[in-house]
Amino acid sequence: MTQPVSSRKYRHGRWLRWAPVVAVPAAFALAFGYAGGWLAPHRLTPKRLIDQFQANAGVHPGYRRNHAKGVCVSGYFQSSGQAAAYSVAQVFTPGQRTPVVGRFAIPGGNPYAPDSSVPIRSMALRFTQADGQQWRTGMNSMPVFPVATPQAFYAQLQAGQPDPATGKPDPAKLAAFFAAHPETAAFRAWARTAKPSASFATDSYWGLNAFEFVDSDGTRHAVRWQMVAQAAADGATPPDNPDYLDADLRRRLAQGPLRWTLRVTLANPGDPTDDATRAWPADRTTIDAGTLVLQATEAQDSGPCRDINYDPTVLPDGIAISDDPLLPARSAAYADSYLRRTSEEAHLPGAARPSANTQPEARR
Amino acid sequence: MKTTPGMFALPARILHWLMAALILAMLFIGVGMVASVSERHAWLLRIHKPLGIAILLLAVVRLAVRLRHPPPPLPADLPAPQKLAAHASHWLLYALMIAMPLVGWAMLSAGGYPVMLSESLRLPPIVPASATAFAILRHLHGWLAMLLFLTFLAHLGAALYHGLIRRDGVLASMLGGTRKS
Ligand code: HEM
Ligand code: HEM
Ligand code: HEM
Repeated sequence: MTQPVSSRKYRHGRWLRWAPVVAVPAAFALAFGYAGGWLAPHRLTPKRLIDQFQANAGVHPGYRRNHAKGVCVSGYFQSSGQAAAYSVAQVFTPGQRTPVVGRFAIPGGNPYAPDSSVPIRSMALRFTQADGQQWRTGMNSMPVFPVATPQAFYAQLQAGQPDPATGKPDPAKLAAFFAAHPETAAFRAWARTAKPSASFATDSYWGLNAFEFVDSDGTRHAVRWQMVAQAAADGATPPDNPDYLDADLRRRLAQGPLRWTLRVTLANPGDPTDDATRAWPADRTTIDAGTLVLQATEAQDSGPCRDINYDPTVLPDGIAISDDPLLPARSAAYADSYLRRTSEEAHLPGAARPSANTQPEARR
Repeated sequence: MKTTPGMFALPARILHWLMAALILAMLFIGVGMVASVSERHAWLLRIHKPLGIAILLLAVVRLAVRLRHPPPPLPADLPAPQKLAAHASHWLLYALMIAMPLVGWAMLSAGGYPVMLSESLRLPPIVPASATAFAILRHLHGWLAMLLFLTFLAHLGAALYHGLIRRDGVLASMLGGTRKS
C-alpha cells in the first residue's frame, strides 16, 4: 500500500476514507445495472420483444412465442457436392447424407390459429453433421421480409397489437407504421396477392437473411438460400378444416417422401447483405446444393422438434452470419422464447401454466 | 501495530489479478449480451464461451498453485466473524468460478446445442439433452452469476476496507507492492 499523504489529514478526516470503500463497489453495481439493461429502460431487449409477442397473441405455455402452430418432420439432406467449392461445411461434401429434424409452422403466437389465417408458411431445419456440428435454419414462404431491423420489427409488432375493444389491430396504427416504414413496400406488394397455400409440401421457403459461405482458402462468399419444392402446387383450394396443413402433410407422407432442392444464391459485389427487405437481382449465380428428403411427421407436442431452438446463428464451420442486423436479434429473441417455453414444460416456479384461459381447445 | 501478513506467492497474485479481470469481464459480457438484440449479442457470445472455458482451466491451475503455496494468514487481530466471512467468501468465489463455466457448458448440452468454442472447435456434451435440465441450468447460470457479482462487490469492499481503513497489509499481500502500509 502507498504511504498516506499526510497521516494527520487522515486522522482528522478518517471518515473520508470510507468514501471509496462504499463508492467503488457502488460504481461497479451501477455499471452492471446499465450493462444488464435494468438501468437502460429504453434499450430494445429480447425480453421486451418476447413480451410484445405475448401482448399480441397471449401466453400459451409450452409453445413457441412466434410460429407457435406447427408439426415436426424428419428426414435427411443429400448433398450434390456443388456447394463444396464455396463452403467447407461437412453437410456439402459430395455424396454426404446428413440427418435432419425439422418443423413446419405458420407465423403468429397463437397455437390454435386456423391454417388459412395467414398466407405464410415456414420450414425450420436442424442438420446434424457427422462431426457433431449443426446447421440450424428457419425459412419463410415469402421472397422478402417486411422490415430490416429489430427496432422496426418491434414497432411492427406494437402496431399489430390487438385493440382490447375490438380484439383486432387498430388499422390507424398499422397504417401509421407502414407510412413510417417504406421498406415494407416489397413485402406488402407480395402479400396483396399471396393466398394461404393448401400444403406445406408445395411451398418454397426463403432463408431471407444473408449468410457467408467460407471455402477451403478461407474466402468468404455472401449467400442467401431457398428450399425449392419439387412437388408442384395443384391449385387445390384448402378444405374447410382449421388444421388442414397437418392433415395434408400426413396424407402425402403416407404415400412417400417429400423433396425440396436447396438453392444457394451467390451475391454480386454490392448486393445488400444487411437488408432482408431487398431481394437480390434474379440473374445472380445459383447453385443446387442438394436435396432435402422428408420422410416422417410427428405432432409438435411430443415430436423431436419440440425442444429445438431453430436459432439461425447455430452454424457449422464453413457457414457464418453476415452483417444482417436481424440475425443477432433472432438469436437473442429465440433464446428468450426457448427459455420461457422450456421453463413452462419443466413446470418451474414462476413459469406460466396451462389454464382454461390459455388453452381453449385443450389439445393435450 | 498490526501484524504484517506474508505475501501471496507470485503465481497466486498473477492468477488472482488476471482472473479478476476475466471473471469481471465475463459477468459484464453475460448480462450485456442477454439484454441486447444488436450485433453485440453475436460477438459477445462468441467471446463468452471460450473465455468461460479458459476460466475453468485457470481455476484448476489456481487451486493447484494454492495447494503448493498456502495463502498467508489473515491478521491475528482480525475479529473472528470477519475472518470467517473472509474464508467463506473466498471459498464461495472459488466454487463459483468453477461452477459457472460448468453450468454454462451443461446448459448448452442439455439444450441440445453444439458447444462451439470457435468456428470449428466443439466440446462434447456433458449432460444428455433435456428441456427440463436446460431450463433449470439456464436459470441457475443466471442466479449464480448474480451471486458471484454480489460476492465480488462484498470482496471488493472488504479489500478496500483492509487497504484504506484497517491498513493491515491484506491488500498489499495481494497487490505485491510494499509490504508495510
Ligand atoms: C427480428 C426479427 C425476428 C424476431 C424477433 C423473430 C422472433 C421469433 C420467435 C420468438 C420465434 C420462436 C422461437 C422459439 O421459441 O423457438 C420465431 C420462430 C421462427 N421465425 Fe422468427 N423472428 C424474426 C425474424 C425472422 C425471419 C427474418 C425469418 C425468416 C427467414 C424468421 C423465421 C422464423 C421461423 C421459420 C420460425 C419457426 C421456427 C420453428 O419452427 O421452431 N424469423 N421467430
Ligand atoms: C471477480 C473478481 C475477483 C475474484 C473472483 C477474486 C477472488 C479471490 C479469491 C478466491 C481470493 C482468496 C485467495 C486465497 O485465499 O487463496 C482472493 C483474495 C484477495 N483478493 Fe480477490 N478476487 C477478485 C477481485 C479482487 C479485487 C478487485 C480486489 C481488490 C481491489 C481483490 C483483492 C483481494 C485481496 C486483497 C485478497 C487477499 C485476501 C487475503 O489476504 O486473504 N480481489 N480473491
Ligand atoms: C466464469 C464463467 C462464466 C460467467 C461469469 C458467466 C456469466 C454469464 C452471465 C452473467 C450471463 C447472463 C445471465 C442472465 O442474465 O440470465 C450468462 C449467459 C450465458 N452464458 Fe455464461 N458465464 C460463464 C461461463 C459460460 C460458459 C463456459 C458457457 C458455455 C460454454 C456460457 C454460456 C452462456 C450462454 C449461452 C448464455 C446466454 C444464453 C442466452 O442468450 O440466453 N457461460 N453467462
